[in-house]
Amino acid sequence: MGTQKNGLARERVFKIILSVVLAIICIIYILPIGTLVINTFKQSTYVKSETFALPNEQSFVGFDNYIKGMTFGNYDFWKTVLYSFTITILSTALILLFTSMAAWYIARVDNKICRAIYYLCVFSMVVPFQMVMFTLSKTADTLKLNTPWTIPIVYLGFGAGLAIFMFVGFVKSIPLEIEEAAVIDGCGPIRTFFLVVFPMLKPTMISVGILEIMWVWNDYLLPYLVLDRNLYRTIPLHIQYLQGSYGQVDWGATMALIFLGIVPVVIFYLICQKHIIKGVAAGAVKG
Amino acid sequence: MKRSRDLRKGPIRRAWWLFILPMMAAFAIGFVWPFIQGIYLSFCTFVTTSDAKINGIMNDNSFFHNYIKAFQDPTFVRAFWYSALFAIVSLVIINVLAFTLAYLLTQKLKGTNIFRTVFFMPNLIGGIVLGYIWSMIFDGILYFYGKTLVTEPVWGFWGLIIVVAWQQIGYMMIIYIAGLQAVPEDMLEAAKIDGANKWQTLWRVTIPNVMPSITICTFLTLTNGFKLFDQNLALTNGLPKPFVNGVPVGQTEMIALNIYNTFYVGSTSRGVAQAKAVVFFILVAALGLLQLAATRKKEVQQ
Repeated sequence: MGTQKNGLARERVFKIILSVVLAIICIIYILPIGTLVINTFKQSTYVKSETFALPNEQSFVGFDNYIKGMTFGNYDFWKTVLYSFTITILSTALILLFTSMAAWYIARVDNKICRAIYYLCVFSMVVPFQMVMFTLSKTADTLKLNTPWTIPIVYLGFGAGLAIFMFVGFVKSIPLEIEEAAVIDGCGPIRTFFLVVFPMLKPTMISVGILEIMWVWNDYLLPYLVLDRNLYRTIPLHIQYLQGSYGQVDWGATMALIFLGIVPVVIFYLICQKHIIKGVAAGAVKG
Repeated sequence: MKRSRDLRKGPIRRAWWLFILPMMAAFAIGFVWPFIQGIYLSFCTFVTTSDAKINGIMNDNSFFHNYIKAFQDPTFVRAFWYSALFAIVSLVIINVLAFTLAYLLTQKLKGTNIFRTVFFMPNLIGGIVLGYIWSMIFDGILYFYGKTLVTEPVWGFWGLIIVVAWQQIGYMMIIYIAGLQAVPEDMLEAAKIDGANKWQTLWRVTIPNVMPSITICTFLTLTNGFKLFDQNLALTNGLPKPFVNGVPVGQTEMIALNIYNTFYVGSTSRGVAQAKAVVFFILVAALGLLQLAATRKKEVQQ
Protein backbone atom coordinates (compact mmCIF):
# COMPACT_ATOMS: atom_id res chain seq x y z
CA MET A 1 0.00 0.00 0.00
CA GLY A 2 2.77 2.41 1.01
CA THR A 3 4.74 1.96 -2.19
CA GLN A 4 1.61 2.48 -4.27
CA LYS A 5 0.88 5.73 -2.49
CA ASN A 6 4.47 6.75 -3.05
CA GLY A 7 4.09 5.89 -6.73
CA LEU A 8 0.96 8.00 -7.05
CA ALA A 9 2.66 10.97 -5.43
CA ARG A 10 5.61 10.55 -7.76
CA GLU A 11 3.29 10.43 -10.73
CA ARG A 12 1.61 13.64 -9.63
CA VAL A 13 4.93 15.44 -9.39
CA PHE A 14 5.87 14.02 -12.77
CA LYS A 15 2.65 15.33 -14.29
CA ILE A 16 3.22 18.80 -12.88
CA ILE A 17 6.73 18.85 -14.35
CA LEU A 18 5.33 17.74 -17.70
CA SER A 19 2.73 20.50 -17.64
CA VAL A 20 5.42 23.07 -16.95
CA VAL A 21 7.59 21.73 -19.79
CA LEU A 22 4.63 21.84 -22.17
CA ALA A 23 3.81 25.39 -21.07
CA ILE A 24 7.37 26.44 -21.90
CA ILE A 25 7.14 24.79 -25.34
CA CYS A 26 3.84 26.63 -25.82
CA ILE A 27 5.47 29.97 -25.14
CA ILE A 28 8.28 29.13 -27.59
CA TYR A 29 5.57 28.21 -30.08
CA ILE A 30 3.90 31.62 -29.83
CA LEU A 31 7.17 33.57 -29.85
CA PRO A 32 7.31 34.01 -33.66
CA ILE A 33 3.88 35.68 -33.58
CA GLY A 34 4.94 37.82 -30.63
CA THR A 35 8.08 38.84 -32.49
CA LEU A 36 5.93 39.72 -35.48
CA VAL A 37 3.71 41.97 -33.37
CA ILE A 38 6.54 43.95 -31.76
CA ASN A 39 8.21 44.46 -35.13
CA THR A 40 5.11 46.01 -36.65
CA PHE A 41 5.81 49.02 -34.43
CA LYS A 42 9.46 49.43 -35.43
CA GLN A 43 11.07 51.50 -38.07
CA SER A 44 11.95 49.38 -41.08
CA THR A 45 15.74 49.42 -40.66
CA TYR A 46 15.48 48.01 -37.13
CA VAL A 47 13.37 44.98 -38.05
CA LYS A 48 16.31 42.84 -39.09
CA SER A 49 18.92 44.36 -36.79
CA GLU A 50 17.02 44.47 -33.49
CA THR A 51 14.46 41.80 -34.24
CA PHE A 52 14.03 40.55 -30.69
CA ALA A 53 14.24 43.85 -28.83
CA LEU A 54 11.12 45.70 -27.81
CA PRO A 55 10.65 48.97 -29.69
CA ASN A 56 12.69 51.74 -28.02
CA GLU A 57 12.81 55.51 -28.44
CA GLN A 58 14.76 55.27 -31.66
CA SER A 59 12.97 52.42 -33.36
CA PHE A 60 9.38 53.04 -32.22
CA VAL A 61 7.18 54.53 -34.92
CA GLY A 62 3.69 53.98 -33.50
CA PHE A 63 1.18 53.00 -36.11
CA ASP A 64 3.20 54.44 -38.99
CA ASN A 65 3.81 51.01 -40.50
CA TYR A 66 0.11 50.29 -40.51
CA ILE A 67 -0.72 53.63 -42.08
CA LYS A 68 2.02 53.24 -44.68
CA GLY A 69 0.95 49.66 -45.32
CA MET A 70 -2.56 50.71 -46.30
CA THR A 71 -1.34 52.15 -49.60
CA PHE A 72 1.97 50.30 -49.79
CA GLY A 73 3.19 49.39 -53.27
CA ASN A 74 0.62 51.73 -54.86
CA TYR A 75 -2.15 49.29 -54.02
CA ASP A 76 -4.89 49.75 -51.43
CA PHE A 77 -4.66 47.11 -48.75
CA TRP A 78 -8.42 47.07 -48.13
CA LYS A 79 -8.85 45.81 -51.69
CA THR A 80 -6.67 42.75 -51.03
CA VAL A 81 -8.76 42.00 -47.93
CA LEU A 82 -11.95 42.39 -49.93
CA TYR A 83 -10.70 40.13 -52.72
CA SER A 84 -9.41 37.51 -50.30
CA PHE A 85 -12.77 37.38 -48.57
CA THR A 86 -14.72 37.36 -51.85
CA ILE A 87 -12.69 34.55 -53.37
CA THR A 88 -12.67 32.43 -50.21
CA ILE A 89 -16.39 32.76 -49.51
CA LEU A 90 -17.55 32.31 -53.11
CA SER A 91 -15.25 29.36 -53.77
CA THR A 92 -16.21 27.56 -50.58
CA ALA A 93 -19.93 28.12 -51.20
CA LEU A 94 -19.63 26.93 -54.78
CA ILE A 95 -17.64 23.84 -53.81
CA LEU A 96 -20.03 22.90 -50.99
CA LEU A 97 -23.14 23.26 -53.13
CA PHE A 98 -22.06 21.61 -56.37
CA THR A 99 -19.84 18.84 -55.02
CA SER A 100 -22.47 17.75 -52.48
CA MET A 101 -25.07 17.58 -55.27
CA ALA A 102 -22.72 15.66 -57.53
CA ALA A 103 -21.64 13.37 -54.71
CA TRP A 104 -25.24 12.45 -53.90
CA TYR A 105 -25.89 11.65 -57.55
CA ILE A 106 -22.69 9.60 -57.81
CA ALA A 107 -23.40 7.65 -54.63
CA ARG A 108 -27.07 6.97 -55.41
CA VAL A 109 -27.09 6.35 -59.15
CA ASP A 110 -23.84 4.39 -58.85
CA ASN A 111 -23.52 3.26 -62.49
CA LYS A 112 -20.33 2.84 -64.50
CA ILE A 113 -20.09 6.51 -65.50
CA CYS A 114 -20.56 7.63 -61.91
CA ARG A 115 -17.87 5.29 -60.69
CA ALA A 116 -15.54 6.53 -63.42
CA ILE A 117 -16.14 10.14 -62.36
CA TYR A 118 -15.57 9.20 -58.74
CA TYR A 119 -12.23 7.55 -59.46
CA LEU A 120 -11.21 10.48 -61.63
CA CYS A 121 -11.89 12.77 -58.67
CA VAL A 122 -9.88 10.59 -56.31
CA PHE A 123 -7.10 10.54 -58.89
CA SER A 124 -7.08 14.34 -59.06
CA MET A 125 -6.19 14.43 -55.35
CA VAL A 126 -2.72 13.02 -55.97
CA VAL A 127 -1.89 15.39 -58.84
CA PRO A 128 0.38 18.22 -57.69
CA PHE A 129 -0.55 21.72 -58.82
CA GLN A 130 2.68 22.17 -60.81
CA MET A 131 1.47 19.47 -63.21
CA VAL A 132 -1.44 21.61 -64.41
CA MET A 133 -0.37 25.12 -63.45
CA PHE A 134 0.70 26.31 -66.90
CA THR A 135 -2.18 24.83 -68.87
CA LEU A 136 -4.74 25.68 -66.19
CA SER A 137 -3.71 29.34 -66.11
CA LYS A 138 -3.92 29.49 -69.92
CA THR A 139 -7.37 27.86 -69.95
CA ALA A 140 -8.60 30.17 -67.19
CA ASP A 141 -7.27 33.15 -69.11
CA THR A 142 -9.04 32.12 -72.32
CA LEU A 143 -12.33 31.64 -70.48
CA LYS A 144 -11.91 34.99 -68.63
CA LEU A 145 -11.83 33.31 -65.23
CA ASN A 146 -9.22 35.84 -64.10
CA THR A 147 -11.38 37.97 -61.78
CA PRO A 148 -12.25 37.41 -58.10
CA TRP A 149 -15.84 36.70 -59.18
CA THR A 150 -14.98 33.99 -61.68
CA ILE A 151 -11.88 32.35 -60.15
CA PRO A 152 -14.16 30.34 -57.79
CA ILE A 153 -15.01 28.20 -60.85
CA VAL A 154 -11.32 27.27 -61.10
CA TYR A 155 -11.28 26.43 -57.40
CA LEU A 156 -14.41 24.31 -57.82
CA GLY A 157 -12.70 22.44 -60.64
CA PHE A 158 -9.31 21.90 -59.05
CA GLY A 159 -10.66 21.38 -55.53
CA ALA A 160 -13.53 19.04 -56.41
CA GLY A 161 -11.55 15.85 -55.74
CA LEU A 162 -11.29 15.94 -51.96
CA ALA A 163 -14.84 17.29 -51.53
CA ILE A 164 -16.36 14.58 -53.74
CA PHE A 165 -14.33 11.94 -51.94
CA MET A 166 -15.54 13.06 -48.51
CA PHE A 167 -19.18 13.61 -49.52
CA VAL A 168 -19.54 10.30 -51.37
CA GLY A 169 -18.12 8.46 -48.36
CA PHE A 170 -20.67 10.14 -46.11
CA VAL A 171 -23.71 9.74 -48.41
CA LYS A 172 -23.01 6.01 -48.66
CA SER A 173 -23.35 5.76 -44.87
CA ILE A 174 -26.84 7.34 -44.91
CA PRO A 175 -29.60 4.70 -45.04
CA LEU A 176 -31.53 4.77 -48.30
CA GLU A 177 -34.94 4.38 -46.61
CA ILE A 178 -35.20 8.06 -45.64
CA GLU A 179 -34.84 9.21 -49.22
CA GLU A 180 -37.18 6.50 -50.46
CA ALA A 181 -39.83 7.69 -48.06
CA ALA A 182 -39.45 11.19 -49.47
CA VAL A 183 -39.79 9.87 -53.02
CA ILE A 184 -42.89 7.89 -52.08
CA ASP A 185 -44.34 11.06 -50.52
CA GLY A 186 -44.02 12.66 -53.94
CA CYS A 187 -40.73 14.57 -53.66
CA GLY A 188 -38.82 15.04 -56.88
CA PRO A 189 -35.04 14.78 -56.95
CA ILE A 190 -34.57 18.49 -56.17
CA ARG A 191 -36.77 18.47 -53.11
CA THR A 192 -35.42 15.10 -51.98
CA PHE A 193 -31.91 16.46 -52.08
CA PHE A 194 -32.42 19.92 -50.60
CA LEU A 195 -35.04 19.07 -47.99
CA VAL A 196 -33.94 15.59 -46.95
CA VAL A 197 -30.31 14.89 -47.86
CA PHE A 198 -28.75 18.37 -47.60
CA PRO A 199 -29.52 18.84 -43.87
CA MET A 200 -28.08 15.41 -43.11
CA LEU A 201 -24.78 16.33 -44.77
CA LYS A 202 -24.09 19.06 -42.19
CA PRO A 203 -21.11 17.43 -40.37
CA THR A 204 -19.30 16.73 -43.64
CA MET A 205 -20.25 20.20 -44.92
CA ILE A 206 -18.44 21.73 -41.94
CA SER A 207 -15.34 19.56 -42.43
CA VAL A 208 -15.13 20.17 -46.16
CA GLY A 209 -15.93 23.86 -45.72
CA ILE A 210 -13.13 24.37 -43.24
CA LEU A 211 -10.57 22.53 -45.37
CA GLU A 212 -11.55 24.61 -48.42
CA ILE A 213 -11.50 27.90 -46.49
CA MET A 214 -8.00 27.14 -45.17
CA TRP A 215 -6.80 26.18 -48.62
CA VAL A 216 -8.27 29.08 -50.60
CA TRP A 217 -7.46 31.81 -48.07
CA ASN A 218 -3.78 30.83 -47.91
CA ASP A 219 -3.35 29.80 -51.54
CA TYR A 220 -0.67 31.70 -53.39
CA LEU A 221 0.34 30.14 -56.69
CA LEU A 222 -3.10 29.55 -58.21
CA PRO A 223 -4.37 33.14 -57.79
CA TYR A 224 -0.92 34.43 -58.74
CA LEU A 225 -1.08 32.65 -62.09
CA VAL A 226 -4.80 33.00 -62.78
CA LEU A 227 -5.82 36.45 -61.53
CA ASP A 228 -5.14 39.64 -63.45
CA ARG A 229 -2.44 40.75 -60.99
CA ASN A 230 -2.46 44.43 -61.83
CA LEU A 231 -6.09 44.71 -60.83
CA TYR A 232 -6.68 41.96 -58.31
CA ARG A 233 -4.43 40.79 -55.48
CA THR A 234 -5.22 38.56 -52.53
CA ILE A 235 -3.37 39.04 -49.22
CA PRO A 236 -0.64 36.40 -49.81
CA LEU A 237 -0.22 37.66 -53.36
CA HIS A 238 0.16 41.26 -52.21
CA ILE A 239 2.71 40.34 -49.56
CA GLN A 240 4.80 38.33 -51.99
CA TYR A 241 4.55 41.23 -54.44
CA LEU A 242 5.93 43.69 -51.91
CA GLN A 243 8.78 41.36 -51.02
CA GLY A 244 9.64 40.14 -54.46
CA SER A 245 9.50 43.00 -56.88
CA TYR A 246 10.94 46.03 -55.10
CA GLY A 247 14.63 46.70 -54.62
CA GLN A 248 14.26 48.17 -51.16
CA VAL A 249 11.95 46.02 -49.08
CA ASP A 250 10.04 47.86 -46.36
CA TRP A 251 10.07 45.24 -43.63
CA GLY A 252 8.14 47.34 -41.10
CA ALA A 253 5.18 47.86 -43.40
CA THR A 254 5.30 44.24 -44.62
CA MET A 255 5.18 42.95 -41.06
CA ALA A 256 2.21 45.22 -40.30
CA LEU A 257 0.33 43.83 -43.32
CA ILE A 258 1.27 40.25 -42.43
CA PHE A 259 -0.12 40.80 -38.96
CA LEU A 260 -3.35 42.28 -40.33
CA GLY A 261 -3.61 39.29 -42.68
CA ILE A 262 -3.28 36.83 -39.79
CA VAL A 263 -5.90 38.48 -37.56
CA PRO A 264 -8.97 37.12 -39.45
CA VAL A 265 -7.43 33.63 -39.45
CA VAL A 266 -6.84 33.68 -35.70
CA ILE A 267 -10.36 34.97 -35.00
CA PHE A 268 -11.81 32.30 -37.27
CA TYR A 269 -9.71 29.67 -35.51
CA LEU A 270 -10.69 30.71 -32.00
CA ILE A 271 -14.39 30.73 -32.92
CA CYS A 272 -14.51 27.44 -34.85
CA GLN A 273 -11.64 25.66 -33.12
CA LYS A 274 -13.53 22.47 -32.35
CA HIS A 275 -14.83 22.11 -35.91
CA ILE A 276 -11.47 22.97 -37.43
CA ILE A 277 -9.63 20.30 -35.49
CA LYS A 278 -12.34 17.75 -36.30
CA GLY A 279 -12.43 18.75 -39.95
CA VAL A 280 -8.70 18.46 -40.28
CA ALA A 281 -8.68 15.00 -38.74
CA ALA A 282 -11.49 13.94 -41.11
CA GLY A 283 -9.68 15.24 -44.18
CA ALA A 284 -6.35 13.72 -43.23
CA VAL A 285 -6.29 11.65 -46.39
CA LYS A 286 -4.90 14.57 -48.34
CA GLY A 287 -1.99 16.90 -47.60
CA MET B 1 -31.63 -4.34 -53.07
CA LYS B 2 -34.45 -4.16 -55.58
CA ARG B 3 -35.75 -0.90 -54.22
CA SER B 4 -32.34 0.76 -54.46
CA ARG B 5 -32.42 -0.08 -58.14
CA ASP B 6 -35.74 1.76 -58.39
CA LEU B 7 -34.08 4.91 -57.04
CA ARG B 8 -31.37 4.51 -59.64
CA LYS B 9 -33.82 4.40 -62.51
CA GLY B 10 -36.10 7.07 -61.08
CA PRO B 11 -36.27 10.77 -61.81
CA ILE B 12 -32.96 11.27 -59.97
CA ARG B 13 -31.08 9.72 -62.83
CA ARG B 14 -32.73 12.01 -65.33
CA ALA B 15 -31.70 15.07 -63.32
CA TRP B 16 -28.00 14.54 -64.13
CA TRP B 17 -27.76 17.92 -65.85
CA LEU B 18 -28.63 19.61 -62.59
CA PHE B 19 -26.70 17.49 -60.13
CA ILE B 20 -23.54 16.48 -61.89
CA LEU B 21 -23.10 18.77 -64.88
CA PRO B 22 -22.01 21.96 -63.04
CA MET B 23 -19.37 20.10 -61.06
CA MET B 24 -18.19 18.17 -64.13
CA ALA B 25 -17.95 21.34 -66.24
CA ALA B 26 -15.76 23.04 -63.64
CA PHE B 27 -13.79 19.83 -63.12
CA ALA B 28 -13.14 19.64 -66.86
CA ILE B 29 -11.91 23.25 -66.92
CA GLY B 30 -9.98 23.08 -63.67
CA PHE B 31 -8.47 19.64 -63.93
CA VAL B 32 -9.24 17.21 -66.76
CA TRP B 33 -8.42 19.44 -69.74
CA PRO B 34 -5.31 21.08 -68.18
CA PHE B 35 -4.07 17.62 -67.19
CA ILE B 36 -4.46 16.11 -70.67
CA GLN B 37 -3.00 19.22 -72.28
CA GLY B 38 -0.13 19.07 -69.78
CA ILE B 39 0.77 15.51 -70.80
CA TYR B 40 0.56 16.52 -74.46
CA LEU B 41 2.71 19.63 -74.02
CA SER B 42 5.42 17.66 -72.24
CA PHE B 43 6.20 16.22 -75.70
CA CYS B 44 6.15 19.62 -77.42
CA THR B 45 8.37 22.63 -77.90
CA PHE B 46 6.38 25.76 -77.07
CA VAL B 47 6.28 29.20 -75.52
CA THR B 48 2.52 29.48 -75.38
CA THR B 49 -0.12 26.77 -75.85
CA SER B 50 -1.02 27.86 -79.39
CA ASP B 51 2.46 27.57 -80.92
CA ALA B 52 3.22 24.04 -79.66
CA LYS B 53 5.21 21.79 -82.02
CA ILE B 54 5.32 18.08 -81.24
CA ASN B 55 8.93 16.98 -80.81
CA GLY B 56 10.17 14.44 -83.37
CA ILE B 57 7.15 14.98 -85.62
CA MET B 58 6.91 18.70 -86.26
CA ASN B 59 10.59 19.48 -85.61
CA ASP B 60 13.98 17.75 -85.56
CA ASN B 61 14.13 17.03 -81.82
CA SER B 62 13.75 13.49 -80.58
CA PHE B 63 10.29 12.58 -79.29
CA PHE B 64 11.50 12.44 -75.67
CA HIS B 65 13.60 15.58 -76.07
CA ASN B 66 12.01 17.37 -73.06
CA TYR B 67 12.40 14.40 -70.74
CA ILE B 68 16.02 13.88 -71.76
CA LYS B 69 16.72 17.59 -71.24
CA ALA B 70 14.99 17.49 -67.86
CA PHE B 71 17.19 14.69 -66.57
CA GLN B 72 20.29 16.33 -68.03
CA ASP B 73 19.50 19.56 -66.20
CA PRO B 74 21.78 19.74 -63.13
CA THR B 75 19.39 22.11 -61.34
CA PHE B 76 16.54 19.59 -61.65
CA VAL B 77 18.64 16.65 -60.52
CA ARG B 78 19.87 18.65 -57.56
CA ALA B 79 16.34 19.85 -56.72
CA PHE B 80 15.13 16.25 -56.86
CA TRP B 81 17.69 14.92 -54.38
CA TYR B 82 17.40 18.02 -52.23
CA SER B 83 13.62 17.52 -51.98
CA ALA B 84 14.08 13.83 -51.20
CA LEU B 85 16.53 14.61 -48.40
CA PHE B 86 14.28 17.37 -47.12
CA ALA B 87 11.20 15.13 -47.20
CA ILE B 88 12.92 12.37 -45.22
CA VAL B 89 14.46 14.67 -42.61
CA SER B 90 11.19 16.56 -42.12
CA LEU B 91 9.29 13.25 -41.96
CA VAL B 92 11.42 11.97 -39.07
CA ILE B 93 11.51 15.22 -37.11
CA ILE B 94 7.83 16.11 -37.50
CA ASN B 95 6.54 12.64 -36.71
CA VAL B 96 8.74 12.05 -33.67
CA LEU B 97 7.85 15.43 -32.17
CA ALA B 98 4.18 15.25 -33.12
CA PHE B 99 3.83 11.76 -31.63
CA THR B 100 5.61 12.80 -28.45
CA LEU B 101 3.34 15.81 -28.02
CA ALA B 102 0.24 13.75 -28.78
CA TYR B 103 1.35 11.13 -26.24
CA LEU B 104 1.87 13.78 -23.56
CA LEU B 105 -1.43 15.47 -24.33
CA THR B 106 -3.33 12.20 -23.84
CA GLN B 107 -1.93 11.72 -20.31
CA LYS B 108 -4.77 13.74 -18.72
CA LEU B 109 -2.56 16.69 -17.89
CA LYS B 110 -3.81 20.10 -16.80
CA GLY B 111 -4.17 22.63 -19.62
CA THR B 112 -4.29 20.03 -22.39
CA ASN B 113 -6.85 22.03 -24.37
CA ILE B 114 -4.78 25.21 -24.32
CA PHE B 115 -1.66 23.30 -25.41
CA ARG B 116 -3.54 21.67 -28.27
CA THR B 117 -4.97 25.00 -29.40
CA VAL B 118 -1.55 26.63 -29.45
CA PHE B 119 0.30 23.78 -31.16
CA PHE B 120 -2.25 23.57 -33.93
CA MET B 121 -2.49 27.29 -34.64
CA PRO B 122 0.55 27.73 -36.98
CA ASN B 123 -1.16 25.30 -39.34
CA LEU B 124 -3.71 27.91 -40.30
CA ILE B 125 -1.18 30.47 -41.42
CA GLY B 126 -0.32 30.25 -45.09
CA GLY B 127 3.10 29.33 -46.45
CA ILE B 128 3.97 32.75 -47.90
CA VAL B 129 3.10 34.68 -44.77
CA LEU B 130 4.81 32.07 -42.60
CA GLY B 131 7.93 32.23 -44.76
CA TYR B 132 8.32 35.96 -44.24
CA ILE B 133 7.72 35.82 -40.50
CA TRP B 134 10.48 33.24 -40.14
CA SER B 135 12.71 34.98 -42.62
CA MET B 136 12.64 37.97 -40.27
CA ILE B 137 13.43 35.78 -37.27
CA PHE B 138 16.30 33.86 -38.88
CA ASP B 139 17.84 37.00 -40.30
CA GLY B 140 17.41 38.65 -36.92
CA ILE B 141 19.44 35.87 -35.29
CA LEU B 142 22.06 35.66 -38.03
CA TYR B 143 22.45 39.45 -37.95
CA PHE B 144 24.63 39.04 -34.86
CA TYR B 145 27.06 37.03 -37.00
CA GLY B 146 26.84 39.47 -39.92
CA LYS B 147 25.15 36.86 -42.15
CA THR B 148 21.71 36.23 -43.61
CA LEU B 149 19.72 33.06 -44.18
CA VAL B 150 20.80 32.79 -47.80
CA THR B 151 24.57 33.06 -47.28
CA GLU B 152 24.99 29.36 -46.50
CA PRO B 153 22.84 26.60 -48.09
CA VAL B 154 22.88 24.60 -44.86
CA TRP B 155 21.05 27.41 -43.01
CA GLY B 156 18.40 27.53 -45.68
CA PHE B 157 17.88 23.79 -45.30
CA TRP B 158 17.46 23.82 -41.54
CA GLY B 159 15.51 27.05 -41.73
CA LEU B 160 13.00 25.38 -44.00
CA ILE B 161 12.89 22.33 -41.74
CA ILE B 162 12.12 24.52 -38.72
CA VAL B 163 9.37 26.41 -40.55
CA VAL B 164 7.73 23.26 -41.87
CA ALA B 165 8.03 21.52 -38.51
CA TRP B 166 6.52 24.50 -36.72
CA GLN B 167 3.64 24.44 -39.17
CA GLN B 168 2.93 20.73 -39.42
CA ILE B 169 3.65 19.31 -35.96
CA GLY B 170 0.26 20.51 -34.69
CA TYR B 171 -1.56 18.95 -37.63
CA MET B 172 0.09 15.55 -37.26
CA MET B 173 -0.38 15.78 -33.49
CA ILE B 174 -4.16 16.02 -34.01
CA ILE B 175 -4.13 12.84 -36.10
CA TYR B 176 -1.98 11.05 -33.50
CA ILE B 177 -4.24 12.19 -30.66
CA ALA B 178 -7.24 10.69 -32.50
CA GLY B 179 -5.28 7.45 -32.91
CA LEU B 180 -4.13 7.34 -29.30
CA GLN B 181 -7.63 7.95 -27.97
CA ALA B 182 -8.83 4.91 -29.93
CA VAL B 183 -6.40 2.54 -28.19
CA PRO B 184 -8.62 0.21 -26.13
CA GLU B 185 -8.43 1.08 -22.43
CA ASP B 186 -8.64 -2.57 -21.34
CA MET B 187 -5.52 -3.46 -23.35
CA LEU B 188 -3.56 -0.81 -21.45
CA GLU B 189 -5.05 -2.08 -18.17
CA ALA B 190 -4.09 -5.66 -19.04
CA ALA B 191 -0.53 -4.61 -19.79
CA LYS B 192 -0.35 -2.83 -16.43
CA ILE B 193 -1.68 -5.88 -14.55
CA ASP B 194 0.85 -8.07 -16.34
CA GLY B 195 3.54 -5.84 -14.88
CA ALA B 196 4.63 -3.98 -18.01
CA ASN B 197 6.28 -0.64 -17.35
CA LYS B 198 5.32 2.53 -19.25
CA TRP B 199 8.07 2.09 -21.82
CA GLN B 200 7.06 -1.51 -22.58
CA THR B 201 3.40 -0.56 -22.79
CA LEU B 202 4.24 2.23 -25.24
CA TRP B 203 6.24 -0.02 -27.57
CA ARG B 204 4.23 -3.24 -27.30
CA VAL B 205 0.66 -1.97 -26.96
CA THR B 206 0.26 1.69 -27.88
CA ILE B 207 2.43 1.97 -30.98
CA PRO B 208 1.10 -1.20 -32.71
CA ASN B 209 -2.41 0.14 -32.10
CA VAL B 210 -1.75 3.54 -33.65
CA MET B 211 -0.05 2.11 -36.75
CA PRO B 212 -2.84 3.44 -39.05
CA SER B 213 -2.21 6.99 -37.80
CA ILE B 214 1.53 6.51 -38.22
CA THR B 215 1.01 5.40 -41.83
CA ILE B 216 -1.17 8.42 -42.61
CA CYS B 217 1.20 10.92 -41.00
CA THR B 218 4.29 9.37 -42.58
CA PHE B 219 2.88 9.70 -46.07
CA LEU B 220 1.42 13.14 -45.43
CA THR B 221 4.74 14.55 -44.24
CA LEU B 222 6.58 12.80 -47.07
CA THR B 223 4.35 14.17 -49.85
CA ASN B 224 4.16 17.58 -48.16
CA GLY B 225 7.95 17.61 -48.13
CA PHE B 226 8.16 16.85 -51.84
CA LYS B 227 5.40 19.30 -52.74
CA LEU B 228 6.70 22.24 -50.69
CA PHE B 229 6.56 25.49 -52.65
CA ASP B 230 5.27 28.59 -50.84
CA GLN B 231 7.66 28.38 -47.89
CA ASN B 232 10.56 27.67 -50.23
CA LEU B 233 9.72 30.73 -52.34
CA ALA B 234 9.25 33.06 -49.38
CA LEU B 235 12.14 31.90 -47.21
CA THR B 236 15.09 31.36 -49.56
CA ASN B 237 13.75 31.46 -53.15
CA GLY B 238 16.38 28.82 -53.92
CA LEU B 239 19.30 31.03 -52.89
CA PRO B 240 22.29 30.95 -52.75
CA LYS B 241 22.74 30.35 -56.46
CA PRO B 242 26.44 29.84 -57.28
CA PHE B 243 27.61 28.88 -60.77
CA VAL B 244 28.45 25.20 -61.10
CA ASN B 245 30.11 24.39 -64.45
CA GLY B 246 28.73 27.63 -65.87
CA VAL B 247 25.14 27.00 -64.76
CA PRO B 248 23.54 28.82 -61.81
CA VAL B 249 22.31 26.12 -59.43
CA GLY B 250 19.95 27.09 -56.62
CA GLN B 251 21.33 25.40 -53.54
CA THR B 252 18.03 25.41 -51.66
CA GLU B 253 15.71 25.04 -54.63
CA MET B 254 13.17 22.23 -54.32
CA ILE B 255 11.38 20.41 -57.18
CA ALA B 256 8.23 22.53 -57.24
CA LEU B 257 10.20 25.78 -57.27
CA ASN B 258 12.55 24.38 -59.91
CA ILE B 259 9.59 23.59 -62.18
CA TYR B 260 8.14 27.03 -61.55
CA ASN B 261 11.44 28.76 -62.40
CA THR B 262 11.89 26.68 -65.56
CA PHE B 263 8.41 27.75 -66.67
CA TYR B 264 8.42 31.41 -65.83
CA VAL B 265 12.02 32.63 -65.46
CA GLY B 266 13.33 33.00 -69.00
CA SER B 267 10.44 30.94 -70.40
CA THR B 268 12.57 29.51 -73.21
CA SER B 269 12.25 25.87 -72.15
CA ARG B 270 8.63 25.46 -71.17
CA GLY B 271 8.45 22.02 -72.78
CA VAL B 272 11.21 20.88 -70.45
CA ALA B 273 9.38 22.47 -67.52
CA GLN B 274 6.21 20.57 -68.40
CA ALA B 275 8.19 17.33 -68.70
CA LYS B 276 9.65 17.98 -65.24
CA ALA B 277 6.10 18.54 -63.99
CA VAL B 278 5.02 15.16 -65.38
CA VAL B 279 7.96 13.44 -63.67
CA PHE B 280 7.02 15.26 -60.45
CA PHE B 281 3.40 14.14 -60.83
CA ILE B 282 4.44 10.50 -61.32
CA LEU B 283 6.58 10.69 -58.20
CA VAL B 284 3.81 12.16 -56.03
CA ALA B 285 1.16 9.82 -57.48
CA ALA B 286 3.40 6.81 -56.80
CA LEU B 287 3.68 7.90 -53.16
CA GLY B 288 -0.11 8.23 -53.05
CA LEU B 289 -0.60 4.72 -54.43
CA LEU B 290 1.93 3.32 -51.95
CA GLN B 291 -0.02 4.95 -49.15
CA LEU B 292 -3.26 3.46 -50.44
CA ALA B 293 -1.69 0.02 -50.58
CA ALA B 294 -0.25 0.42 -47.08
CA THR B 295 -3.55 1.52 -45.53
CA ARG B 296 -5.50 -1.23 -47.34
CA LYS B 297 -3.13 -3.86 -45.98
CA LYS B 298 -3.57 -2.52 -42.45
CA GLU B 299 -7.35 -2.64 -42.82
CA VAL B 300 -7.24 -6.30 -43.78
CA GLN B 301 -5.10 -7.12 -40.77
CA GLN B 302 -7.53 -5.63 -38.29
